[in-house]
Amino acid sequence: MIHKKRLSAAAYYLLGTLIAVLATIPFLWMITTSLKARGALMSIPIEWIPKEPTLAAYVKVFSKFPFFRTIGNSLFISVTYTVITLISASMAAFAFAKLEFPRAGMLLKVFLATMMIPTQVTMIPLFVVMNKMQLINTYSSVILPSIFRPFAIFLLVQQMRTIPNDYLDAARIDGASTFRVYFRVALPLCRPTLATLSITTFMEAWNDYLWPLLMLTDKVKMTLPIALSTLNGQYSTEYNVLMAGSLISMVPIILVYIFAQKYFENGMMAGGIKG
Amino acid sequence: MKSEKSRGRRLNERSFFSASPFLTASLIGFAIFYFVPMVISVVISLTDWNGLDRLLAPGFMAEHFIGLDNYKAILTGTEFWKVLKNTLVYIVLYIPLMLMVSTAIAALLSRQRRGVGVFRVLYYIPVLTSWVASSLIWKSLLSPQYGAMNGILAIFGIEGPGWLTDEKWAMPAIVLVSVWKDMGFFGLILLSGMVGIDRTYYEAAEIDGAGPWTRFLKITLPLLTPSLFYVLIVSLINSFQLFPQIMIMTDGGPNGATQVMVERIYKYGFRYFRMGYASAFSWILFIIIMICTAVQMRGQKRWVNYDT
Repeated sequence: MIHKKRLSAAAYYLLGTLIAVLATIPFLWMITTSLKARGALMSIPIEWIPKEPTLAAYVKVFSKFPFFRTIGNSLFISVTYTVITLISASMAAFAFAKLEFPRAGMLLKVFLATMMIPTQVTMIPLFVVMNKMQLINTYSSVILPSIFRPFAIFLLVQQMRTIPNDYLDAARIDGASTFRVYFRVALPLCRPTLATLSITTFMEAWNDYLWPLLMLTDKVKMTLPIALSTLNGQYSTEYNVLMAGSLISMVPIILVYIFAQKYFENGMMAGGIKG
Repeated sequence: MKSEKSRGRRLNERSFFSASPFLTASLIGFAIFYFVPMVISVVISLTDWNGLDRLLAPGFMAEHFIGLDNYKAILTGTEFWKVLKNTLVYIVLYIPLMLMVSTAIAALLSRQRRGVGVFRVLYYIPVLTSWVASSLIWKSLLSPQYGAMNGILAIFGIEGPGWLTDEKWAMPAIVLVSVWKDMGFFGLILLSGMVGIDRTYYEAAEIDGAGPWTRFLKITLPLLTPSLFYVLIVSLINSFQLFPQIMIMTDGGPNGATQVMVERIYKYGFRYFRMGYASAFSWILFIIIMICTAVQMRGQKRWVNYDT
């Protein structure tokens, strides 16, 4: 993949390292700040490396906030959200790609058009509805929207269209029901797309802010981003506490990334275009 | 569904009946989370509803219907234009900077050199970090007296500004965070475009004696236009929807210098309970996003090259 004549190695590594430093300095700052005692936050000159590192900020995060619970909430909500998205979207995609029904094309277009609608347009009425159904401060309020994810449907329709009909017909002739064809034949053939989609959906749910901010106001129910923004409200200048919370919130997603780097990157690019 | 005919017959299922079990969940979701709220949102935007009176109570419309007054008030007031100006400042700074950095990242990652994998991971960590955590980190970093940014500037003898407290610097600071957060994401999208370029073009150019810069300008950039176009649309639409970084870092301040649309909609709706006004605002946002997309779609015919 050597496109151009090689830049001199020095220039390459210089630019590469420069951007890498810019990308990572904030995290180094986060780590050192989280290890400072409250007084050390305001020392001048700045203590680039804390002179007396302490875990006090971490202790405070966990004592002032049910942070283990928060991590659990985030995990539970994100996993459930992802599973429901995959099931609902793959079923819809199967219908669009492999079953014939009247106005299928039009319905798909309408579904995909909703990708253009910003959340802000629907959030006020949805808030009213959730309030009415007494779903505010429940996990369901955050999880339920996963049953309709147009982007997931879009990706899976594209994937399912590439499955030769002969495969499905063969299963049919052997007497499999439509559901069995979907579950046993179509779904396994979509595995790479499903893997990619599950990672990106998980990450979206994990990092989501606006909707959970409206729905989850009870400390015990909050997800990590909401808990962090609440911490920001309460300890807005205690940066050691804020940084400790931020660091903790990053750990799980980084772990997932380490184990599934390939799918993360495929997910990014799936949103892109192919030539 | 262009491929219907070309791909031949599907399963021998022709009625909505057989497809419906597969579509039920999505249809319900579509109705509950998009269709119905959109209709209600239009209606609310035509009222002066304060979020308290019951929407379905008899006489609600008679009492609260105000026609297009919300839209008129938004478009004739000064605040909307100020918010638009703030957003334009963001766009003008953010988009060129982000395109430059992410193209550089894509170019770096497209070479197979030692250590490229490490770069790839490092550039990607900000993408993984949630917006809230990123904003908190940068808020700390940009703190005027005790933050790393001004600490580093001080080493070079520069006295840094109060990034988030100075009207002039608040939006540039938001831009900085956003470029930092997004560069890896857009870099990877551009990378996938770059990798897709046929290498024979480069070989031919090299034989003709074209230098690396010429090749980058005459081959890479033109053939990268579809990816650049995609990045441009997505980043433009995102620019109108800034939210977490604003809420965490400046809360719209100082003196309204970082007030943006979503922040306004959120506050009108859920702090001041002017639901009608907020809904009208959200539809104006929607129209702006539609216009951006349409203009871009039209513009792309002129400069996007799909002949790869």
